[in-house]
Amino acid sequence: MTSTDPSAAEAVVFWVCAFLSVVGGIGLILSRRAVHSALWVALTMISLAVLYIANAAPFLGMVQIIVYTGAVMMLFLFVLMVVGVDSSDSLVETLRGQRVAGILLAVGFGLLLAIGLGSALNGVPVVGLDGANGEYGGNVEGLARLLFSEYVLAFEIVAGLLVVAALGALVLAHRERWQPRRTQREISQERTRGGIHPAPLPPPGVYARHNAVDTPALLPDGSVADISVPGPLRARGDLRPVDTAAVAETAALTSGEATYGPAKRPVADDPGTSPGEPS
Amino acid sequence: MSVDNYIILACVLFTLGAIGVLVRRNAIVVFMSVELMLNATNLAFVAFARMNGNLDGQVIAFFVMVVAAAEVVVGLAIIVTVYRSRRSASIDEPNLLKY
Repeated sequence: MTSTDPSAAEAVVFWVCAFLSVVGGIGLILSRRAVHSALWVALTMISLAVLYIANAAPFLGMVQIIVYTGAVMMLFLFVLMVVGVDSSDSLVETLRGQRVAGILLAVGFGLLLAIGLGSALNGVPVVGLDGANGEYGGNVEGLARLLFSEYVLAFEIVAGLLVVAALGALVLAHRERWQPRRTQREISQERTRGGIHPAPLPPPGVYARHNAVDTPALLPDGSVADISVPGPLRARGDLRPVDTAAVAETAALTSGEATYGPAKRPVADDPGTSPGEPS
Repeated sequence: MSVDNYIILACVLFTLGAIGVLVRRNAIVVFMSVELMLNATNLAFVAFARMNGNLDGQVIAFFVMVVAAAEVVVGLAIIVTVYRSRRSASIDEPNLLKY
């Protein structure tokens, strides 16, 4: 078995891709999140595309990559994003014993298939596709000849099926509008009359020492404006405490009761560290 | 390289898809399992085409792919519609036909 032996090379390709596709199939079953399942299926489909090409079906391999991993899996991911990424499976069995029974049934069916097919195929010679692929100059040409001669009726029916499927998706995904569309005027009236705050929420304000999100704005009487901090922080009580002394100093400066200046500053160790800060 | 190996691999993948259909609850995952079963049959078709030495198996695999694409489009639209009315993608939710 040399490195140029085509059957040895095909064996390597087969075992690698078979392993990857089976791993992808198992991952599809075992992933709790649907997005992970979709990625595992994409792995399986790419490995299957390689196996098609190894089986002298380059056209189908390319179609597999373009249609399945390109279009179908992206459609799956798109719908997953619409339906909700977090929709993970519930692990509650609604029918008791259904999971075990399902696995046993499926494995039994698979064994039956494998054993039946394996014994039926035992000793059947493999003709190979070199002759059929080479008859009209290539795999694509051979397929095209078949599609547009013997299978042309099926081809046309399938074309009709695709059109019907597209229309069906349009009809199913269409949502009838039961109420008249709300105008911009109605939306704005609803917003201003609804009792909610129509304007931007207040920022921390001029008395604040910080502009972090947990710094509340102060109302003119010195109390905290609740809507100036995010709701979750408010619920947790994670607000930055208001430095009342600083607020009082600033208020005194603003009202003229106190003045700036080094004269009123108590003995500073290093006046350079806090320039501009009112004392 | 014998074609039998491809057939056995197709059987394994079909079984995995069947387990997914029977065990999983999320409608989208069930759908992906159906896709896996269709892909397994495609692999079997391609392998049989090679065994028999003509391209009819590949043509049928091609048709299976087209039908699967149409099925995915309609099925996902149904899932989205069910999700709109039930707020869930679980296959246990649409149970009104039971009674």
